[in-house]
Amino acid sequence: MEKQIYLDHAATTAVSPQVLSAMLPYFTEQFGNAGGIYGFGQKSKQALEDARGYIASTIGAKAEEIYFTAGGTESDNWALKATATAYQKKGKHIITTKIEHHAILHTAQYLEKQGFEVTYLDVDESGIVRLDDLKNAIREDTILISVMFANNEIGSIQPIAEIGKIAHEKGILFHTDAVQAYTQIPISVDELQVDMLSVSAHKFNGPKGVGFLYIRKGLKLQSLIHGGQQERGRRAGTENIPGIIGMAEASRLAHADLLERTKMESELRDYLIGRIENEIPYCRLNGDREKRLPNNVNFSFRFIEGESMLIMLDMKGICASSGSACTSGSLDPSHVLLAIGLPHEIAHGSLRLTLGRENTKEEIDYVVDELKKIIERLRNMSPLYEDFVKQQSV
Amino acid sequence: MYSEKVMDHFQNPRNVGEIENASGVGTVGNAKCGDIMRMYLDIDDNGVIRDCKFKTFGCGAAVATSSMATELVKGKTIQEALQVTNKAVMEALDGLPPVKVHCSLLAEEAIHAALWDYAEKNGITIEGLEKPKADINEEEEHEQY
Repeated sequence: MEKQIYLDHAATTAVSPQVLSAMLPYFTEQFGNAGGIYGFGQKSKQALEDARGYIASTIGAKAEEIYFTAGGTESDNWALKATATAYQKKGKHIITTKIEHHAILHTAQYLEKQGFEVTYLDVDESGIVRLDDLKNAIREDTILISVMFANNEIGSIQPIAEIGKIAHEKGILFHTDAVQAYTQIPISVDELQVDMLSVSAHKFNGPKGVGFLYIRKGLKLQSLIHGGQQERGRRAGTENIPGIIGMAEASRLAHADLLERTKMESELRDYLIGRIENEIPYCRLNGDREKRLPNNVNFSFRFIEGESMLIMLDMKGICASSGSACTSGSLDPSHVLLAIGLPHEIAHGSLRLTLGRENTKEEIDYVVDELKKIIERLRNMSPLYEDFVKQQSV
Repeated sequence: MYSEKVMDHFQNPRNVGEIENASGVGTVGNAKCGDIMRMYLDIDDNGVIRDCKFKTFGCGAAVATSSMATELVKGKTIQEALQVTNKAVMEALDGLPPVKVHCSLLAEEAIHAALWDYAEKNGITIEGLEKPKADINEEEEHEQY
């Protein structure tokens, strides 16, 4: 394919050249185990601790509060399972939401099977948790609240500071899955009163297979992976030094121009939203218009199905994603789109476009031009559209 | 994930459209599950399917199976059209991924529904044709992912 326009940055991103060059020495000449006593190993150890220190500084945490993991899913699993185990004497109730990533939802369901009770909060039609619902769900035996920072499908940003305040007033631990928000929104764990926070490197031009969990000092969390003394005995296994170095470098690059980049992305995002709303009939913007990730666009187009749209976009060199059932491997469309109240048939026709720093206005124009043709073509093929048009003409 | 034939029939679907005053029209599937197929048949006095058109709301496989089904029944007698099973549609497309097999069932069901409509309109009975289920997805297990 001559031309590729990548608009699926919420799924994953490319490792940037600077990140790759920062990582490379740690595969070869600087391969030493950070556990080695010899100077060579100690150099790896130093690089590891520098990375930890830098990562900690990006969220206003202390270095010893950062635990490197294999990514967002592991961090989420660890936060939930370890809190449940460590605090079960205090209570067995956990509060989360219906729009979490499966790394949280399926872990919560697993905990339910282990005898924990989980409340899954509804969200409003723009995909935001209602604080009153949260307050009403809190019980004497609630030990943990886990609410994602920003949603991966529809980009809605949650009232994290307010949730943190409520949680701490009640003496409840607060975890947030910040996989989509980190490097998109400035984060301070103290201001937000967050106790645990999950991040994954490959969402911000870092490598796949590495992430971290921030755990506030003083929390009694057990290890998820048992073995050696790495990560202060809380996450065993020889450290993924190249990955961690790569994550720190990617974080540095992303934070260096966070405000300018996200401003540029938001402008491009709003331009894309505007063109779609003005030029494609029977569409609906999913998610909140203001409280929205700078790089997220999510629309439902009536009378058509998402997978067909994605294949046709792919044929034009455009990479996007959808919440349709056909793209999830099940018959149900995205749980997030259902949670914001979309009927099944409209949820099937959703399209997510997530921007990155390399996207241009020219690319966005090309995408909208092609999208218009694709939607028209699919609608002309759709019995639902046929019925709709006939009803309109009656 | 799709065979070349599926991609061909998705990109260049055959017989998309409507037939005015069709001899029989059948609509199956449900929007909730993301697939609806509508099949139009034009049947001559000798019971031969002169023309067949379709409209489909659904994924790539749903469009491709509808397109292939119309090709397979065109020019056939009613009895021959009844032999166009989901397996025949799948084979003609060089197979479908396991999660998409239900699309081929929908195509078979759409042909049956259109033939049923034709039989009802003409007050005849078509041997071997049972009243089609309005919605084949209802009986399907929803997979847990």
